[in-house]
Amino acid sequence: MAGTGRADAGGFAHIVRLEGVQKYFGAVHALKDIDLAVGRNEIVGLIGDNGAGKSTLIKVMTGVLAPSAGTIHVRDRAIDPAEYSVRMAHELSIETVYQDKSLGEKQPLWRNFFVGRQITNRLGFIKVAEEKRIAREILTKAIGFRGVGIGVDSTVSQLSGGERQGIAIGRAMHFDADLIVLDEPTAALAVAEVRKVLDFVRRIKESGRACVYIEHNLAHVHEVADRLVVLDRGRIVAEMAPAELSVAELTEYLIELQRAADGAPAEAGR
Amino acid sequence: MRRLARIEGLPIILVFLLVLGLFMLTAPNVFLRPNIYTTFLSTLPPLVLLAVGLTFVIGAGEIDLSFPAVIAFAGFVFAVLFKEWDLGWVAVAAGLAAGLLVGVVNGVLVAVVGIPSFIATLGTQFFWAGMATVLSGGKSYALRGAESSTVWQGLVGRAELAPGVAGAWQNDLSIQALWTAAIVALLWAILNRHRFGEHVLFLGDSKDVARVVGIPVERETIKLFTLMGGLAALAAMLLTLENKNFFGNQGQGYLLTAIASVLIGGTSIFGGRATIVGTVFGCFLIGMIEAGLVASGLTGALVRTVQGLVFLAAVVFYLLVDEPHRRAALLARLRRQRG
Repeated sequence: MAGTGRADAGGFAHIVRLEGVQKYFGAVHALKDIDLAVGRNEIVGLIGDNGAGKSTLIKVMTGVLAPSAGTIHVRDRAIDPAEYSVRMAHELSIETVYQDKSLGEKQPLWRNFFVGRQITNRLGFIKVAEEKRIAREILTKAIGFRGVGIGVDSTVSQLSGGERQGIAIGRAMHFDADLIVLDEPTAALAVAEVRKVLDFVRRIKESGRACVYIEHNLAHVHEVADRLVVLDRGRIVAEMAPAELSVAELTEYLIELQRAADGAPAEAGR
Repeated sequence: MRRLARIEGLPIILVFLLVLGLFMLTAPNVFLRPNIYTTFLSTLPPLVLLAVGLTFVIGAGEIDLSFPAVIAFAGFVFAVLFKEWDLGWVAVAAGLAAGLLVGVVNGVLVAVVGIPSFIATLGTQFFWAGMATVLSGGKSYALRGAESSTVWQGLVGRAELAPGVAGAWQNDLSIQALWTAAIVALLWAILNRHRFGEHVLFLGDSKDVARVVGIPVERETIKLFTLMGGLAALAAMLLTLENKNFFGNQGQGYLLTAIASVLIGGTSIFGGRATIVGTVFGCFLIGMIEAGLVASGLTGALVRTVQGLVFLAAVVFYLLVDEPHRRAALLARLRRQRG
């Protein structure tokens, strides 16, 4: 499963690239002139205050929302925004792990692994034995769940927060995603659980994939990201390597940004 | 022990057997003879078809209140074409189409227009019931002589396993039970083994999750209500043929009993978990209470009261057993009141 040499395959520079993307919700200009490229084996940390447009940006990137203007390139090829959808993103090997929204609580793990792309016969009946066998493999090999009383028939509601993120990330890796988008995977998790999730993020990088990682906790994203992108009121205002700034300096920088925004309210209405 | 607990619908099966045993004691001359059971074969199928359809709808976190109106409307379409136009199987197809049409409209109102299903189907319930009354002019249609038609024989006829023996119970086995059993088996497979069934359960679990994992939410919701409409139409035709009569409010008694059968069976009122086996035994229990109370010498007026009581007890039971976080919340509330 740990696909080494993945980065050599195929010939493209960026797994996804947004150019001049705008997004309006009615009169609200939620994304302004977004230019963002994600390399094939890098972890991009997306940071910014509440309402900065982080979630909107990844929704546009993954086909949940259509951009109002601008272009999206996947593997250096332009995509027709009208046709771009979650399904198409899946087909293009882009997977998203939303906080609390990626797994069906009451459903067994094996169904959660395959829902949306079940292994079926021609009539649409699910090959349960095969799905369970593969799910068992993902569980023990890719995610590393052993013992702890969790099997493919366990329901999601029996799992801890960190285990849930692990399942969702493991599913994305199994389906050979080239880009995995994580939306605040460590929110509301205990410390030990956070460590597990950060380990999963490192695994994404080790297996040669790319990752866009939205995070509120600057220490977490600083620890794993290759590049940090700062979003402020719908605009990308800075890009930096974590090595350039310590967590404390980064925090200071964001507070400064916030203060500047409060001091210049006219900016927000523009 | 854990294996045993995994049997689908186990609690309701146990309750059913218990109540059956109870009625065998209180009314042995009814429940220890075959005739009551052959009667069930011809009276329960419409309820079972409705309840199995509702199992999908409730499992998907939706509700359909319009099926009593489908029983009126599709029943009318079938009855008038069958009786006045003598169209036979074409009338059956038209009745089915009428039910599917109501279902599609429900589905579009819920999935595309975005009206909560409770309100949408409450509205269509009035509309189609009214439609049936207007079109039929409030008349009932007696289908005299229907039993000689292939439609009657094929859908609700009797299998005669003891030819020549007059009055033998073996000659009173209704074919509609056979059709119903086949449809229920197919729908069990669809709910538990088919892509559509899995989508239904994820829809009931969370619409947001369903969208994120790539389920076409609108399309599956329309399919869901269409299935319900079709099953209700089938129930309407079995009912009309069995009674050899159509009347405008023939569906009204089914609203409580069908929904109760589903929830007694263990399908979650919050969606995401659904059991066909549980629903079928829920129907048996609901039907048996009706017959059993009367046979035990209690007044028929008690039937609805007891059914309502069983319904509530079952909902509370499943809430406490299957929804751990709700059980915890309830216990916390009780503790707070005491402290």
